[in-house]
Amino acid sequence: MIASRKSLLTPNRRGLLAAGGGLVGLLALRPAHATASAMQEAMKAFCAGVTPQAGRVTLDIPPLVENGNSVPLTVRVEAAMTAQEHVRRIGVFNERNPQPNIAVFHLNARSGRAEVATRIRLGDSQIIAAIAELSDGSLWTATAELVVTLPACVES
Amino acid sequence: MGRALINVPPKARKGQVIDIKALVSHPMETGYRTGPDGALVPRDIINRFLVTWNGQEIFSADLFPAIAANPYFAFTTIAQESGTITFRWFDDKGNAQVETAAIVVE
Repeated sequence: MIASRKSLLTPNRRGLLAAGGGLVGLLALRPAHATASAMQEAMKAFCAGVTPQAGRVTLDIPPLVENGNSVPLTVRVEAAMTAQEHVRRIGVFNERNPQPNIAVFHLNARSGRAEVATRIRLGDSQIIAAIAELSDGSLWTATAELVVTLPACVES
Repeated sequence: MGRALINVPPKARKGQVIDIKALVSHPMETGYRTGPDGALVPRDIINRFLVTWNGQEIFSADLFPAIAANPYFAFTTIAQESGTITFRWFDDKGNAQVETAAIVVE
């Protein structure tokens, strides 16, 4: 009788562990940030089996960002931009926004220069990656690391 | 949708690389923010931007919530023939905004 009452009132080790596990599960369910693995998966989907090589892509983005709501980004790719060699697609990815994708730009032989500028949102200090697909099917990539002082998506 | 600002040179030489800039006013609501009542504000973004020159695609972009409000794009193209450059922005609700710019190629 006394033993059973004790087990009801005092939290035992097993019960605590189960409760802790539930709490961790709840935290994992929150759709707070894309993780590095989500970014890798999005990049893998973009590459479709081809391994990207480092180089030829330049990411022009400020290393220290005051306001994550609007961050100027310019992507440049070294390519001749002729009918034989031109950039077909440029994918831009992030590590810690709620979604790993930022944008996919479609260029062609008529683009003149492989250069696109836009403004993006960043929810945290993180790594940005760009992958360019050339007309011969080769993939080139570059990354940029930056610090965000005031992240996007925090205000209501 | 809202107001669009487009920067296209009025004249160009044939074969010249020209700069094109386009901005449209749009909140690009991410779907991750909460409103005053604490509920999530539903996502409403422009998910595709398409630019054609006399009907031929010269630039397009697939967009995600990580694009800042009032999406801005700057890109280049080679001037080939006189005509109309058409800019189209497609949003989540299925609406499209269309703007055009005329260019003379000499």
